[in-house]
Order: sequence, then C-alpha cells, then structure tokens
Amino acid sequence: MAPAVRLHEAVALAGRFPLLAGASLEVAEGEVVHLRGPNGAGKTSVLKVLAGLLEVHSGEATALGRDLVADRRAVRREVGMLGHQSFLYEDLTVEENLRFAIRATKGALAGIGPALEQLGFTGRLASIPLGRCSAGQQRRASLAVLVARGARLWLLDEPHAGLDQEGRDLLDGLLAGSRAAGRTVLFASHEHERAEAIADRVVHLAGGRVVEPAEPVAAPLQVAQQIGQRPGTEAPAHVA
Amino acid sequence: MLRDAVLVAGKDLRIEIRSRVTLNQVGPFALAVLLLFGLALGPDRQVLAPASAGLFWIAVLLSTVLAVQRSYAVESADAARDGLRLSGLDPAGIFLGKAGAVAVQLIVLEAGLTIGVALLYGARLSGALVLAAACAAGTLGLAAVGTLYGVVASGLRTRETLLPLLFLPVVAPVLLAATKAWDAALAGTPGRADGWLDVLVVFAVLYIAIGIVAFGPLLEDE
Repeated sequence: MAPAVRLHEAVALAGRFPLLAGASLEVAEGEVVHLRGPNGAGKTSVLKVLAGLLEVHSGEATALGRDLVADRRAVRREVGMLGHQSFLYEDLTVEENLRFAIRATKGALAGIGPALEQLGFTGRLASIPLGRCSAGQQRRASLAVLVARGARLWLLDEPHAGLDQEGRDLLDGLLAGSRAAGRTVLFASHEHERAEAIADRVVHLAGGRVVEPAEPVAAPLQVAQQIGQRPGTEAPAHVA
Repeated sequence: MLRDAVLVAGKDLRIEIRSRVTLNQVGPFALAVLLLFGLALGPDRQVLAPASAGLFWIAVLLSTVLAVQRSYAVESADAARDGLRLSGLDPAGIFLGKAGAVAVQLIVLEAGLTIGVALLYGARLSGALVLAAACAAGTLGLAAVGTLYGVVASGLRTRETLLPLLFLPVVAPVLLAATKAWDAALAGTPGRADGWLDVLVVFAVLYIAIGIVAFGPLLEDE
C-alpha cells in the first residue's frame, strides 16, 4: 500500500535559506507520527510542505497520493492543519468560522454541530465572535474545524499549546482515535512525554533533515549562533 | 468559481457588518476628505460645484485604498490567509469574491459621497443614469485593481505604504474617465459621457480578467 506521506530528499527554501535540506520521510496511512527536534529543525516546514503551503524546490513529495511538486494545491481540501495561529476570522463567531471553513472545503455541514459540542462550544459560546474567545478557546475552535472537516491527513504544529488540561486530554483522545478514524497524523511538539505516549513513532529532525535519534544534531552550532559565538570558543559564564 | 466568489464575498461582507469598519471609519474619512477640499478651495460654490466630480472621485480613490487594506487586514490576522489557501477555494473565486465585497462597500460609500457633494459643493445631480453607470463601472475597476495589488502588498511588511504606491498610478485612467463622465452628467450633457463610460467598462473588464488569471500565483507568493 502506498504511504500516506512521502518525502524524498525534499528541499524547501525561504529565499535562499534552506528550510528543508533534503528531508526524507515515509508515513503509513493511519499512523500517528511525532516530529521532534530543536527550534529551526524543520518541523513546521515539513508540515507546511505536506499541506501544500510551502513549495518543494527539489526532491519528491507526495501526500495522500498527490504529487506536491507538480501541484501543491491539489491536496489542500483533504488536509487539516493546526498552526501556531488559528487560521480563522476574529470578527466571525466560532460557528460562522466553522460554517465558512466547511463550505469552502465542500464538506458536510452536518458535522458542525457535533464538532462544536465535542470541543466544548455549547450554548452561547459558539455564537460569540472568535476575537472575544480566550487563546485556549480559539485553539479549540481550530480543532473543531479539523474535526468537522473530517480531513484524512492532520498536520498539527504544537497542538497542545494554549490548551487547558481538559483540552489537552481531549486532543490526546482525538489523536489516539486516529487510526480507527482512518486518519494519518503528523504533529510537532516539544512536550515529548505527552507526545510520545500518543504517537506510533517518533521522527527526529535537525537542520532541515530527518536524522537518526542518536545522530548528533547541529546543537553546538545553533547554541553558538544564539550566543553570538563561533563553535569551539568558550561560552560566556552567564550562559554556561 | 462563482460559488467560491459568493462564499468569499459573503464572508467579507459579514465581517464588515460585524466590525463596521467601512461604516465607522472609511465613510467618515471620505466625508472628511470632501470637507477638507471644501476648506482648501473656499466656500464659493461657483468654484466648488465645477470641481465636484474630480473631488468626488479623489475621495473615492483614497477610500478604496483603506477598504482594500481592511479587506486584507482580516486575512493577515491569525494567518487567515493561510486558512483561505488551505481551504482549496478557487483563487479566481477568491479574487472575485474579495473584489465584489470591496465594490459593494464602495457603492454604499459613493451613495453617501454623492449626497455629500450635493450638500457641500452645491452640485446639481443631473444625468442620474450616467452618474450611476460611471459609479458602477468605475467601482468595479477600482475594486479589481485594489484587490489585485492588495494581495501583492499584503504579503509584505511594507504593505501599508506599498499599496497606495502601486494602486494610485494604475487607477489614473479611472480617475480621468469617471471624472469626465460625471462632469458631462452634472453639466446636463450626459451624451458626452459615452466615450468615457466605454473607457471605464474596458478598464474594469481588463483588470477583472487579469485578476482572474494572476490572483492565484500572487496569493501563493510568500
């Protein structure tokens, strides 16, 4: 069976800067994969490439059988993405946001009510503008869009961020039920214990590539850059 | 494409109805522009009335910049622009929807400004059909150009200053043709507006066509 997601030597650029520097990865259908790596490792870029938001400069990339190099727009209706921001409109109510998202993706409007209820938007809460919701509620609204859309591939960037304990448990439940729901999930998270309890597999990234867990990552260089020093020179005492 | 356009226009107009930015900010701004022109030229209606058409369209042009900036500001907040891209909507439909929503807002604004030039400048609103036709064709052209250049500017950090720089020179033909058409109508010689109305229609059709073709790649451009 063809993998749900496949990257082979994928390179993605921001200007001349490589966001992905030859990343290779295969994810089977129904698998839940935790993308792990330091800041700047390429986790978000992998998710954006697979969502068709970021162009593949060279290499191969397919998602749900769609060739992302040839046409990165083709996969978008089948993908649900949760980013650092909500992707929603502050002046629309939670329900209006869902309604627009579902209509835009030609989904079934019948899924809106159950999704709202599942994510805790009961009573008047679904009818207030998103901008008046708390950060956690906005995160839940984005999750409600994912649930209502019923996308086959979920791409989640730090999905636990901003959620309260109940929301986190709810999200974990959704992720744990992915295989049964026929959904493939890739998610980036720095909450390793929680993430690895849910994931079928952990994929390590560093420097825009998929690496083996034991492989030394570019941490010394990155730390040196953060403190404004060349590798090999001593860090200032306050950093050490 | 048209289904997507209606969906996007409906969403943008709903946001406007909810936020009332055009009603509470762009409208008063346009009226303030009319008032300031009146102050600059003096209270003499013999001077103001003949200049009504040009001053009206300059106020419309400046207001269009604000309306287009607002149209893209709602897409910038919370990365809604990425949400729009992820939805898989036809880019041509997004273009037509956003341009349509801007056009509707401008038409409402122009109705208010028309009353404004009559009251403030003493313009006699003769040739109503020509006035309306010039507004319709001119507004479509302005909304199409604004939406097209708006998506270019919206992806850049300098969007607030870049949009007027891109937009205003391109719409100079609209300013000229619409002013001439209105001048002819207000002077009681609407027959002299025909050629200028043709210019407005051609301009609108041309930029709508360019927008349908070019909006997709521009929307994708980070």
